[in-house]
Amino acid sequence: MDCRIAVAQLNPRLGDLHANLALHLEAIAAARAAGAHLVAFSELSLTGYYLKDMVFELGLARDSEVLARFAALSREISIAVGFVERTPEERFYNSLAFFEDGELLAVHRKVHLVSYGMFDEARDFAAGDEFRIIESKLGRFGPLLCEDLWHVPSSYIHFLNDSDALLVASASPTRGVEAPGPGPASQRTWETMLTACALFYRTWVVYAGRVGWEDGIGFGGGSAVVDPFGEVRARLDGLEPGLLDATIEPGALRRARVETPLRRDEKPWILAAELARHVPLAGPLPPEDAAAGEECAS
Amino acid sequence: MSELDIQPALVTKLLVSFLKEEVGGAGMAQAVVGLSGGVDSAVTAALCAQAFAPANVLCVLMPYRTSNPASEAHARLVATKLGAPVRRVDITMMAEAYFAEQGVTDAGRRGNVLARCRMVVLYDLSVEWKGLVIGTSNKTELLLGYSTLYGDSAHAVNPLGDLYKHQVYQLARHLDLPREVIEKAPSADLVAGQTDEGDLGFTYAEADRLLRRMVDLRHDEAELRTAGFAPELVRRVAQRIVANQFKRLPPVIAKLSRRTISHDFRYLRDWHA
Repeated sequence: MDCRIAVAQLNPRLGDLHANLALHLEAIAAARAAGAHLVAFSELSLTGYYLKDMVFELGLARDSEVLARFAALSREISIAVGFVERTPEERFYNSLAFFEDGELLAVHRKVHLVSYGMFDEARDFAAGDEFRIIESKLGRFGPLLCEDLWHVPSSYIHFLNDSDALLVASASPTRGVEAPGPGPASQRTWETMLTACALFYRTWVVYAGRVGWEDGIGFGGGSAVVDPFGEVRARLDGLEPGLLDATIEPGALRRARVETPLRRDEKPWILAAELARHVPLAGPLPPEDAAAGEECAS
Repeated sequence: MSELDIQPALVTKLLVSFLKEEVGGAGMAQAVVGLSGGVDSAVTAALCAQAFAPANVLCVLMPYRTSNPASEAHARLVATKLGAPVRRVDITMMAEAYFAEQGVTDAGRRGNVLARCRMVVLYDLSVEWKGLVIGTSNKTELLLGYSTLYGDSAHAVNPLGDLYKHQVYQLARHLDLPREVIEKAPSADLVAGQTDEGDLGFTYAEADRLLRRMVDLRHDEAELRTAGFAPELVRRVAQRIVANQFKRLPPVIAKLSRRTISHDFRYLRDWHA
């Protein structure tokens, strides 16, 4: 069955859960009216991005009333939403919730918090520690949050686990306006990475971005859907909010994988052997690493 | 083509969107810009005119008795071209009253007082006009500290703060601003015959190229030397950047309590609870 996807590119109001909930409900209604099976929102779509101390004020428990609203709506359409997840242990995660058939089907917690340059996520958020496929009735989605995509193993794990589509939610600041362009360097970089992922993994890639400004930081949108041949099927240009309409066809996945069976020919045991040398999971450190550790300590 | 070239159409689009949203976020849709007759304030006003419509941009002309008459004439050219309303406030009486009372003769002090008188006018008119004061400082000036603290550096929102002077000129040409404004030598016009480049002791072209490499590209001293920058210029510019850091940050607060403004009470200005 073809899966009709709506990517909702919003301009969330920083810290205003109530206003953002209204934006989401509106987008969900529009996506339903357009006949979409899934509506995907950006990273931290419910709260805005540069939250700093607001992280601790806007965290939602998995059984919160706000999330229950999405669960109820998911009887009609599957929904992926970015939010601050609060745990009973008072940890806060930058999370993506996936709702389907009236329930919270899965939560991906951002693994690679970004804390360099203009970013400071690790100061406020706890980091997730796994990449798990979302087994939706619509297909096998590999969820990733922004910086997760910059670390190749994140998408590679989804590839190994046979995801049909990477579901990338992001809040990427626009930067790099040097000539000749065209467009911001940040946006070109994202498109290169999304296209490369589609080609390397022969997978659909759904990218949900956002727009708007937070204290002078602009978010560049760029929501897109890339097919398993690396072609951009649909894209939202410009700095405005919008609803991207795209269709994921299982046929394209089959054709791309028959033509170039990269997953079939992948040899993960070579990587496993290499990783075992670099990251011993049990037992003492190899001698050379232990020696290096001592040097650092002195 | 210069290594500093930007995509002016893209930057215009971004800055118009930025102005609309950051000013709109403060509940305003009008702007107040001090128009000096120079290129920075001309570009700022033009961007504001696109963001809020010209009728919503108050162009304020604030001559002092020694100001070059060409400054006001050029400012009027810009406002006329944009179709924006003009307010003229002569700051001579304000400034002279203080100079006479305190016997201020030092040119540097007088220049700073003039810049701060203009700030007083702009902030007062921003209440009458129900608009935000839009800053005109560019990245070159901000890094070099070529500004008066709480004078021209005082504003709510700054569209040009991440653009070097060369890039402001590029925008000015893209926005089709009057030739007179683009072609003249940049001047703070605080003292007769003053030019920015005369004050700084080097040209904007040199400073822009050097600053971009030092700040944006993080080149080290050896790399700058290899690229042909005179070590003396590199040293002077680096010193200026460090010495003027105080102008780029809010005041320092002594931490005493468990949670202190600007140390660990952390919220953006665009804070909507």
